[in-house]
Amino acid sequence: MSTLITPLSGWGRYPVQTCALARPERYVELKPDSETLIARGQGRSYGDASLNENGRVLLTERVNRLLEFDKAQGILRAEAGVTLAEILDAIVPRGWFLPVTPGTKFVSLGGCVAADVHGKNHHHDGSFGDHVLALEMILADGSRNLCTPTENAELFHATVGGMGLTGIIGEVTLKLIPIKNDRMIVQHHRTANLEQLFQILQNPAVDDRYSVAWIDSMASGKNMGRGIAMFGHHAAAEELPADYKKSDQSNRSRSIPVDLPAWVLNPLTIGAFNALYFQREGSKQQPFVSSHDAFFYPLDGIGHWNRLYGKRGFVQYQCVIPDATAFDGMQALLQELSGSRRPSFLAVLKRLGVQGKGLLSFPMAGYTLALDLPIRDEGLFALLDKLDMIVMQHGGRVYLAKDARLSAASFRAMYPQYEAWLKVKHAVDPHSRFSSSLSRRLQIGGNAA
Amino acid sequence: MSEAVLILGATSAIARATAAAFAAKGHTLYLAARDMDELRRSAADLHLRYGVEVRYGLFDAEQTETHATFLQTVIEEMQGLHGVVLAFGYLGDQQVARDFSIGAKVIASNFTGAASILSHCANYFEPLKRGFIIGISSVAGDRGRQSNYVYGAAKGALSLYLQGLRNRLFASKVRVITVKPGFVDTAMTYGLPGLFLVASPQAIGERIVAALDKSADVVYLPWFWRYIMLIIKHIPEPIFKRLKL
Repeated sequence: MSTLITPLSGWGRYPVQTCALARPERYVELKPDSETLIARGQGRSYGDASLNENGRVLLTERVNRLLEFDKAQGILRAEAGVTLAEILDAIVPRGWFLPVTPGTKFVSLGGCVAADVHGKNHHHDGSFGDHVLALEMILADGSRNLCTPTENAELFHATVGGMGLTGIIGEVTLKLIPIKNDRMIVQHHRTANLEQLFQILQNPAVDDRYSVAWIDSMASGKNMGRGIAMFGHHAAAEELPADYKKSDQSNRSRSIPVDLPAWVLNPLTIGAFNALYFQREGSKQQPFVSSHDAFFYPLDGIGHWNRLYGKRGFVQYQCVIPDATAFDGMQALLQELSGSRRPSFLAVLKRLGVQGKGLLSFPMAGYTLALDLPIRDEGLFALLDKLDMIVMQHGGRVYLAKDARLSAASFRAMYPQYEAWLKVKHAVDPHSRFSSSLSRRLQIGGNAA
Repeated sequence: MSEAVLILGATSAIARATAAAFAAKGHTLYLAARDMDELRRSAADLHLRYGVEVRYGLFDAEQTETHATFLQTVIEEMQGLHGVVLAFGYLGDQQVARDFSIGAKVIASNFTGAASILSHCANYFEPLKRGFIIGISSVAGDRGRQSNYVYGAAKGALSLYLQGLRNRLFASKVRVITVKPGFVDTAMTYGLPGLFLVASPQAIGERIVAALDKSADVVYLPWFWRYIMLIIKHIPEPIFKRLKL
């Protein structure tokens, strides 16, 4: 197969590395190579998880077919290159929805498994891998291998959250959830500080199937952690007004046409934006009807929003801290951040439920914070190392799908099931055929060539 | 009246996109190619996305002796055909000009195989006095160049064949459309240096289906290739032969 040698990056546009891309159009062409290889779906991981510097990257975007759909049971089997957007187009009109969805629908199904992504409902429904019934894996020896939570279970649990390092995910069978219509019922609650934010997120009287909190990252002192907690659920038929239209065609899609100069996002502009957002969104204290896109995928309406952060790209820092230490940990993280005068355009706090079975999966029972930090200078990396220390001191971990800069030692400390994962890796891929820039940086899977 | 469309060579990226564009308009489909596993996958996908009936079966352009039976089977299964898209093609490799065993395959697939199945299709549509035949040729067939003249000659012959067929079937009200894509982002072109203005297969597929609602007999895709090829065709041969194209 011909290859395209080109500079490549993840969604954060850092780092940029030269890779040799192959783009199969047939299922049989999804296979390992004599060189190291990593599969890449839509390239929506942020750092170097889908990069393989000076090596092969296998694009799965053209192996993207829906194969089987049990409309009664809500079970879908599809090739891993298909996007969640394509799946939604097919299932929502038939009364089904994704059991778990990340904040963009422009991700591949395979990527969702490899990163074991979570959504706003992790505290109720777990992560993506918890709803995967079966995988067809293409392994290093070229064999196709069916694995499920009970059959070849070790391979299954090493692949869910395994960052594509156990093999190529060929097909995924997913259990969907039923919905009555394509609307959400949403309610916002304004909070004055971090303590209130934590209280409301864990208040069972307020909680809903989906919850997420936006934090004003510029607020400091006694206002630190002020934000808006947002709750939602799929609308029941009787919750919709009589004049509800089946689908809104306000398909506005805007795009950031060029890289914005780095100075556009500065403490002043971000502070102004946050104040406006706090006023506008915080005033929605009564339940309102929302679309799937507005509730789950607010940024998908703006194409190339990663250009907001300028040419040098950005790092999304996402960590989780377990329940017992979460409040102290988050407070320490936000303090460190506001002391650094490095504004985060986006700061999102979510509750996570019990840990799943993926050996390298990110979620654990606790709270997760995500920050978007533009790369202005090397000083950012020193700050992030400090944040790592805080996360580790509080028993937490950093999300590999977002990561571009964690150290191998920190990774080992954060992912205690790594040794169990490594046993499976050695069994299915003894020569480390599947390797990425991320796996080499974090020394995952032994010393690859 | 049958709304069924037969896609020949249905596993290529352009064919898949064309099939999707027909399915989006509610047409039932019959996908034909050599790779049955790929056909099964694409047929399931089109059915699930667009809700139309999609069947599939084995078709090998080079096995011309099988073509009559093949078409008969398709017509019976689909209870008649509304149209045919000929989308198969074989580019060969770097050795094609020097090794005629490869060149022969290029000609057998792109021209001989095409002429064979199209003759059966024409004989089916002619007495019905309706239907369409869309043949996907190539801008490479407009002028011979050293880089791909065996492929170009076979596609050029296909273009001439379609032209003659159009003339023959005009009286029978059967549309014959020649499609000439320029650079399209497919496995055939992936990673090749020096490409420009590369179109997506989806855009090409949609334009192919849209061509049925317009009157043009020869459709360049995207449209500007008509003018690029106009210039290339008009370069005088004494100059053209010196060019490295």
